[in-house]
Amino acid sequence: MSTEETLQSKFPAAGLKCSQFRDNRRVVVPAESLQPLLAFMKGDLGFDFLAEITAVDYLEYEGATDRFGVVYVVVNTKTGERLVIKTFVNDPDPVLPSAYSLWKSADWLEREVYDMFGIKFSGHPDLRRILTPDEFSAYPLRKDYPLKGRGERHNFPVITRADS
Amino acid sequence: MAMKDVPDNIFMTQLDAAASWARANSLWPMPFATACCGIELMATASSRFDLARFGAEVMRFSPRQCDLMIVAGRVVMKMLPVLQRIWLQMPEPKWCISMGACACTGGVFDTYAVVQGVDRFIPVDLYVPGCPPRPEQLMAGIIALQDKIKHGGTLNGTEFGKRTQPMGPTPYDLDELIRIREANEQLVSLN
Repeated sequence: MSTEETLQSKFPAAGLKCSQFRDNRRVVVPAESLQPLLAFMKGDLGFDFLAEITAVDYLEYEGATDRFGVVYVVVNTKTGERLVIKTFVNDPDPVLPSAYSLWKSADWLEREVYDMFGIKFSGHPDLRRILTPDEFSAYPLRKDYPLKGRGERHNFPVITRADS
Repeated sequence: MAMKDVPDNIFMTQLDAAASWARANSLWPMPFATACCGIELMATASSRFDLARFGAEVMRFSPRQCDLMIVAGRVVMKMLPVLQRIWLQMPEPKWCISMGACACTGGVFDTYAVVQGVDRFIPVDLYVPGCPPRPEQLMAGIIALQDKIKHGGTLNGTEFGKRTQPMGPTPYDLDELIRIREANEQLVSLN
């Protein structure tokens, strides 16, 4: 039985959507089933490595119904099996359960998604910005954030030659 | 004024000129190398181009031992406080070279994260254009800076005290107005 079939039989009510593009195997899961599904994959299916968490902003994307897609890539290091798990969250308060209790690598990955997209992860031990400065106030990879910023790069004290 | 009693091996000069001559021929660069310009900076210092010919070969990675900061490469917002702090830690007299398109203007990186020219936030004495500039170009810059030090330098650095204005573009600079307009256009098209 393939991993997708196992997941379908374990979570029949969740409405999982499985698809494949070349060797990318993908499972779309509703946000409320995400935590039990990830826990099942870690605990029972042996997916012991969380390779990546990232997000996509579907603002003004043709045919999209949800604002943010959050993508998890998990790997079974015994078999080399790799699965992409995708879920959707929406404004005004995008929150997902943290995967930190399952994989420690979720720590910085979730901080990066929080920093760039403003998606919060409940249960994360230390949800701070990781790439931009602490005083940065925007989420720069959101599609409604201008490429050139909102003046953040000009808000520094100026040192002239006379006072240095 | 002829001085008959002075022996041949005594030269008469001004103290300012003597100090500037010594300083210009013994620059100690601080390589603030953040990107590909840093590679050209290393090439400049190495044997083929040999920055030692101009007395500037001793790169020190401690700002306390340097008097020439070479900002080589793009500087991101998060790095700028570090750059300013290193600049403040350098002892007087000190000079700054902004090397390459990114350090001078932000270059192609016109994004929210990259500072659009270090001269907006620290004083710059000399700009070396190029992407990245060749070692010859950086050496030409260093020679020009030596010239500047020799001709305008003073013993106690009084020439620096007059530079009270920030070096970067003013808010009504044509270039700056274009930037502001483009940023607003982006905002309008998104909202």
